[in-house]
Amino acid sequence: MTVALSAQEVGERLEKDLPGAGASWQMDQLQVRPEAVREVCRWLKVESGLELDYLVAITAVDFVDHFEVVYHLASIGRNHSLVLKTKVFGRETPAVPSVVEVWQGADLQEREVWDLMGVRFEGHPNLKRILTWEEFPGHPLRKDFQGA
Amino acid sequence: MESFLERNSFFSHLYRFFDAATPSWLAYLLAASVIVFVLVNGLMLFTMALIYMERRLIGRFQVRLGPNRVGPFGLLQPVADAIKILFKEDLVPVGADRITFNLAPVLFIFPVFLSLAVVPFGERYFLADLNVAVLFIMGVSGLSTIAILMAGWSSANRYAMFGAVRAVAQLISYEVPMVLSLVGVLLLVGSMSMVTIVEGQRLPLILLQPLGFLVFFMAALAELNRTPFDLVEAESELVAGYHTEYSGMKFGMFMLAEFAASVVSSAIIVTVFFKGWEGPLLPSHLWFVIKLFVVLFVLIWIRATLPRLRIDQIMAFAWKVLFPLSLVNIAATAVEVLLWPQPTTAQIWAMVGINWGVTFVSLALWSWLMGPTLRPNMPQLLRGATTGKAA
Amino acid sequence: MTLRTEPVTVNIGPQHPSTHGVFRLRVTFDGEVIQEVEPVFGYLHRGSEKLAEERTYSQVITLTDRLDYVASMTNNQAYVLALEKLCHVQPAERGLYLRVIAAELQRIASHLVATGFLLQDLGAFGTPLMYCFRERERILDMFEMLCGARITHSYLRIGGVFQDAPEEFWPALRIFLHDMPPYIDEYEQLLAENEILVARTKGVGLLSQEMAIASSTSGPVLRASGVPWDLRKADPYEVYDRFDFDIPVGTAGDSYDRFIVRIQEMRQSLRIVQQAVDQLPGGTSVGKVPVRAKVPFFIRPPVGDAYAHVEAPKGELGFYLVSDGSIAPYRCKIRSPSFINLTPLKEMLIGWKLADLVVILGSIDINMGEVDR
Repeated sequence: MTVALSAQEVGERLEKDLPGAGASWQMDQLQVRPEAVREVCRWLKVESGLELDYLVAITAVDFVDHFEVVYHLASIGRNHSLVLKTKVFGRETPAVPSVVEVWQGADLQEREVWDLMGVRFEGHPNLKRILTWEEFPGHPLRKDFQGA
Repeated sequence: MESFLERNSFFSHLYRFFDAATPSWLAYLLAASVIVFVLVNGLMLFTMALIYMERRLIGRFQVRLGPNRVGPFGLLQPVADAIKILFKEDLVPVGADRITFNLAPVLFIFPVFLSLAVVPFGERYFLADLNVAVLFIMGVSGLSTIAILMAGWSSANRYAMFGAVRAVAQLISYEVPMVLSLVGVLLLVGSMSMVTIVEGQRLPLILLQPLGFLVFFMAALAELNRTPFDLVEAESELVAGYHTEYSGMKFGMFMLAEFAASVVSSAIIVTVFFKGWEGPLLPSHLWFVIKLFVVLFVLIWIRATLPRLRIDQIMAFAWKVLFPLSLVNIAATAVEVLLWPQPTTAQIWAMVGINWGVTFVSLALWSWLMGPTLRPNMPQLLRGATTGKAA
Repeated sequence: MTLRTEPVTVNIGPQHPSTHGVFRLRVTFDGEVIQEVEPVFGYLHRGSEKLAEERTYSQVITLTDRLDYVASMTNNQAYVLALEKLCHVQPAERGLYLRVIAAELQRIASHLVATGFLLQDLGAFGTPLMYCFRERERILDMFEMLCGARITHSYLRIGGVFQDAPEEFWPALRIFLHDMPPYIDEYEQLLAENEILVARTKGVGLLSQEMAIASSTSGPVLRASGVPWDLRKADPYEVYDRFDFDIPVGTAGDSYDRFIVRIQEMRQSLRIVQQAVDQLPGGTSVGKVPVRAKVPFFIRPPVGDAYAHVEAPKGELGFYLVSDGSIAPYRCKIRSPSFINLTPLKEMLIGWKLADLVVILGSIDINMGEVDR
């Protein structure tokens, strides 16, 4: 059975190692500041006892006043999981650091989030639209998207 | 002239019929034209029969029925297909080289008919008895390579170009073992005339030349672009290969020529390795047709069974397997012919034994030599892994 | 002297016999060797995630059918699991077993399609494909008995399944379970030891263990690379912890291993189905035991989010649902295995030949309905 890591324990350790991450927690969900995402992810991947080496999914939710980018993480060796969330404010150019260099599996998923939700991933090697075409107006999964 | 008429009853009947009413040169011309007409249409009929047979048989191989709607047992399906293909729109791509594009199907189809000219399809039934028939067939069938290159290049389509380049590499490579595998036959029979080859076989040559037959059969499969060597028109990779851009009757001509080439190649295999028309009880033509369909059945069987090889594997197979094997065959046969220039029956059976021995030994040797490169070790599956822990 | 050569760029797809749907690869070749690959997605994008936001929770089930349309049972399963997690619904016991039976049969059907099409891509003229479809046909017939549909089932509901299996289903299943093992042996004999197939797939499209984990692949692709990660074992959902089965794992991570892993998985699925039939509460009698827990017609989950995943035939299929307390999901994210398994495509393809491209793509086993959603 995959154990959901206690976000509180992880968060407290994270505060000790990376005080700038602004960690907060709730159940199995860890919240960090968007600028710190890449450092936190790198930390989660290599920290002994966590070793979250498998990126299950990246997704984003549009809460109108902010976007919430959600990372579902798992460790194949230790068989546990963690949900990492970050809130991004602003509708014009919301941006999060890319985690492609941490987990290569983020490549297509970040492109998909950018395409459909309009959240930029800074440092992504090839951040192009993926499911719609380059000239497509707007980002379809946003709540204020007006369909053709 | 007289000796030719004597040996060729098919021709002589017609010639005598026309000779009664017309000058002899015209009678000769008329008789030849009638034979050409019969041959071309006969080949068409056989091709249609092959298409029907192939579709029905592959249907059976694939646990389905195959075409069975048009006419009794779907027999008229090839006719319906031919009519459909005649009325289809004939498209020429914008970027195509029109002259080459239109010429390619014609150039592709005529070597097939030409090589039929020297095949005897019954006792004293043939169009021509060339004394260099084997060379003639090899030379003429090589022309189709040019046609494929023309078709692929002029289509201005990259799939077609890929197909054409593959075709040139593959067809030229396989001509070498194909010709060499026939050298053994020529050594034994001592003639290049197809009629003499049939008459000179005291035993069907497949018994005397098993290795030569295998090499020739493989090379013929490759020359016909049939599985497992069909990567010239590999539909899962190249869509349709060199004839991707062809439609309507031009496409039909390609298809027709390919199937007709299967018939002609089978006819050559029957003539050279299965004693041609000869057989007990039944008339010679019937024997020829029976043997022809047996070979065609094997062709279809192989097509329904095997997956396709990759280009580098195909080239390696031609040069590293078939080419040396055909040389082994030539060497063995040459020694035997040198030892027994006029073999008695017992000596012929000794040859059969030796040749089969050589075949098995050389095949075993080559699979031992080439095995590691062609077949790596089987994987070891970790069974019983029941936890989520990484190995 | 060196020949001056020029790389050629070819569009493989979106209309191509071997791209398994409308997938497009912009490939640069040097002769036959692949130098550069750029996958182009989106030709089948229907906005399933957006559509889900405008439907009630029960209506979304029909949308999930159309994701991986050769394995809709497991799609239903993943969505329904996420929904049950969100609403804290405990499904009916018999319903859970029927779900397992349906899902495992679906896995066999999907692996049959994958195997058949891989062989088709290898150039075996339709014969293995037709043989695989012969068996798949029987599974589809059984699905038709279960829910009246063959491809888009919508069989699962929140709290269980839509209806109990009818009487004629059980004998059909028994005969199938009896017939199938020899068929699988037959595939293994005919195909796994075929010289040409081995020469074409062994060592082709290697994916190392590290690469497979780092690029988030899942399902047979991950397991063929030597990672025994199967959610049915790692994170047993529904009643999978009550069954005894193995996870076949490859060693090399090449196309051949992926193909063999699928064949082995079919055997394990048959074992699971057999055990599920034996343990089934209520046995084979129809309508005695409820197959569906009582839930309101309009489901209004509490505000919150939930992620649930299943081991679909192609890998980890997950649904992330966000609820705002209304009758429609606020956000419905689909973590589709086909899409994410394509991440290491470039690494797997570069340096191989055109003929290997279709084999590698076939061995990943993608479904465009799921890739583009």
